[in-house]
Amino acid sequence: MNNKESDDWLYEISPKRKLIDLNFKEIWQYRDLLIMFVKRDIVTVYKQTILGPLWFFIQPLFTAIIFTLVFNNIANIPTGNIPPFLFNLAGITAWNYFNQSLTQTSNTFTANAGIFGKVYFPRVIMPLKTVISGLFKFGIQLLILLVFYLYFLFQGFDLQPNSNLLLFPVYVLMMALLGLGAGMIISALTTKYRDLTVMVGFATSLLMYISAVPYPFSEVNEKIPSLAWLVKYNPLAQIIEGFRYMILDTGIFTWSGFFYTLVVSIGLFLLGLIIFNRTEKNFIDTV
Amino acid sequence: MNVILKAENISKQYRLGTVGTGTLKHDLNRWWHTVRGKEDPYLQVGGVNDRSAKATEDYVWALRDINFEVKKGEVLGIIGKNGAGKSTLLKLLSRVTAPTSGSIKTKGRIASLLEIGTGFHPELTGRENIFMNGAVLGMTRTEIKSKLDEIIDFSGCEMYIDTPVKRYSSGMTVRLGFAVAAHLEPEILVVDEVLAVGDAEFQKKAIGKMQDLSTGEGRTVLFVSHNMSSIKTLCERGLVLDNGAIDFFGGAIESVDHYLLNTKAIPKKENTISENHRRQKTSKEFQIVKIQSLNENLQQDTPIIFHILIKKNSSLSVPISITGTIVNQSGLDIGSFFSDSIIVYEEEQWVDLKIPNHNLSPGEYHLNFSVAAGSLKESNFIIFDQAYESIGFDVLQEKNSGIFIKWNKGWGDIHFNSKLRKYEV
Repeated sequence: MNNKESDDWLYEISPKRKLIDLNFKEIWQYRDLLIMFVKRDIVTVYKQTILGPLWFFIQPLFTAIIFTLVFNNIANIPTGNIPPFLFNLAGITAWNYFNQSLTQTSNTFTANAGIFGKVYFPRVIMPLKTVISGLFKFGIQLLILLVFYLYFLFQGFDLQPNSNLLLFPVYVLMMALLGLGAGMIISALTTKYRDLTVMVGFATSLLMYISAVPYPFSEVNEKIPSLAWLVKYNPLAQIIEGFRYMILDTGIFTWSGFFYTLVVSIGLFLLGLIIFNRTEKNFIDTV
Repeated sequence: MNVILKAENISKQYRLGTVGTGTLKHDLNRWWHTVRGKEDPYLQVGGVNDRSAKATEDYVWALRDINFEVKKGEVLGIIGKNGAGKSTLLKLLSRVTAPTSGSIKTKGRIASLLEIGTGFHPELTGRENIFMNGAVLGMTRTEIKSKLDEIIDFSGCEMYIDTPVKRYSSGMTVRLGFAVAAHLEPEILVVDEVLAVGDAEFQKKAIGKMQDLSTGEGRTVLFVSHNMSSIKTLCERGLVLDNGAIDFFGGAIESVDHYLLNTKAIPKKENTISENHRRQKTSKEFQIVKIQSLNENLQQDTPIIFHILIKKNSSLSVPISITGTIVNQSGLDIGSFFSDSIIVYEEEQWVDLKIPNHNLSPGEYHLNFSVAAGSLKESNFIIFDQAYESIGFDVLQEKNSGIFIKWNKGWGDIHFNSKLRKYEV
């Protein structure tokens, strides 16, 4: 009798936790919430600003201009037969998506403490919506990249993508997984001790410099070979170099590097998920 | 017999104080114990959740070993003092945070109204927020769509429905939030003090809706409130929490009575007056420091006597008097006294206060004191200091009490003296 009754329980709230406790059925039930959060993110970011969605364009454009002036015109970093501006814009576009996923995911718990403290829904919805709404912004920035791509093509530059373009979705996925993974780890670690929050800001800008954003991979090999490993084993450098390779046909691509990046991305994501899971049940007590 | 929710031995421990290097040390120690497969060392410690007591340990049990069951369709009222653990319990039930030990089993979806309007975004319109809020509470888009008109109608905010929520008044936000939540279809609804903000009309509507939910649709409602009359009208059963433990679990009316009886733990021998006893800022030229009661075997015909320590903080030498109000157990003021005045010269002075013929019937009472000067007649009456709920006393049953054995409280708080004599014409 007692046994039969306990079988009927819909769910149990207890301190015990599994390693990965992802309830996909539940996440699916909350899909409308995910969609609405994504929509809310996109609609409300630039409310009460004059330039509105134009801000999506301004940031990458100006960064690319400054990079071209500093790294190519002053520091004379060669970009082969690719116009430096386009070279930088491509790198920045890819970098931005990762960067945004990482920084926004990394404050999931602290930024949403208000809503998390009042109502239950699968917490993982929040990082997911960040990555998805970031995808929208990434799409817009890709469009700008395309516009300049076509512009330089008509200017007579010899630009052509290569067959690697087929891997584009995999690259986007890897960027998302890396951003999510690292972001979730940081978010879980910052619920109690805020030290990492301070670090994220400058760490990401430093990370950019070892991720081959404003220079091609070959430059590091040539000029500071002793530190080339730093870039070579950085999955982000692999992604950004690979991204430029597929659309501009410039730089180095190796399958070993590709699979290395894929494995690291998935690994980091799973690790992030485990840590996130351990934190989500009780974080509200310490945040 | 149909149990829908079952709490088994749930406890919740919190850490007192701030997060810093001290907590890091504990965390490392805890981690080291887990690594070696041992039990968390800090689960062994932890003080009782008594808000006003001095903290002696780093940990506190906000809830300790709570067991209860709720049947389907029942409305359970949860009452208790501030900090008794009510909201912690609701947080555990609504899965906002997990218990430290024990478990809660449920057969239905729990939706919480811990604070309504959760997930409202100020920039979005009322309509958009209905969808947003509904989704946060676990509804699907189609579910919300089918109830949209009903929700708007219930909220009574039709005119503003396409205006951003940031332009709403606070009452309107609450209305909209409650309207969404009330149209949820969870098997168990958790409600925390939501009715406080709405106007009278809306409160009536909300209470009606909650009654419909439980009687009409067989939903289970857990309701936390400090409003005893709404607990009495809405709930069938009551759970009284005190210092993180269950103090009483039973019928709603019995629970409310139990709660009201126990909330005023006022000392009966001696009490030192602190800021907690002052309801407003007092000038304190003369200050009530300590009160002693000399009323151990108080009966109807014995005088009530208090010794009061008055501290003089200024060089004023006006005659002062003690005034006070006697309050019964249900918080009703029974009567007041205005003593004659004396001049106090010393910096600290004990005074003796006597109320000779009080005529109070057997029972428990307490007093609000104030020290004052002047007279109301000449409108120069000044109150220097006050001490609410300062000291209590019991009036005992007289051994030789005429025709009755025990005073019935239904007869009132005052036992009038009466004499019957033959009257010669």
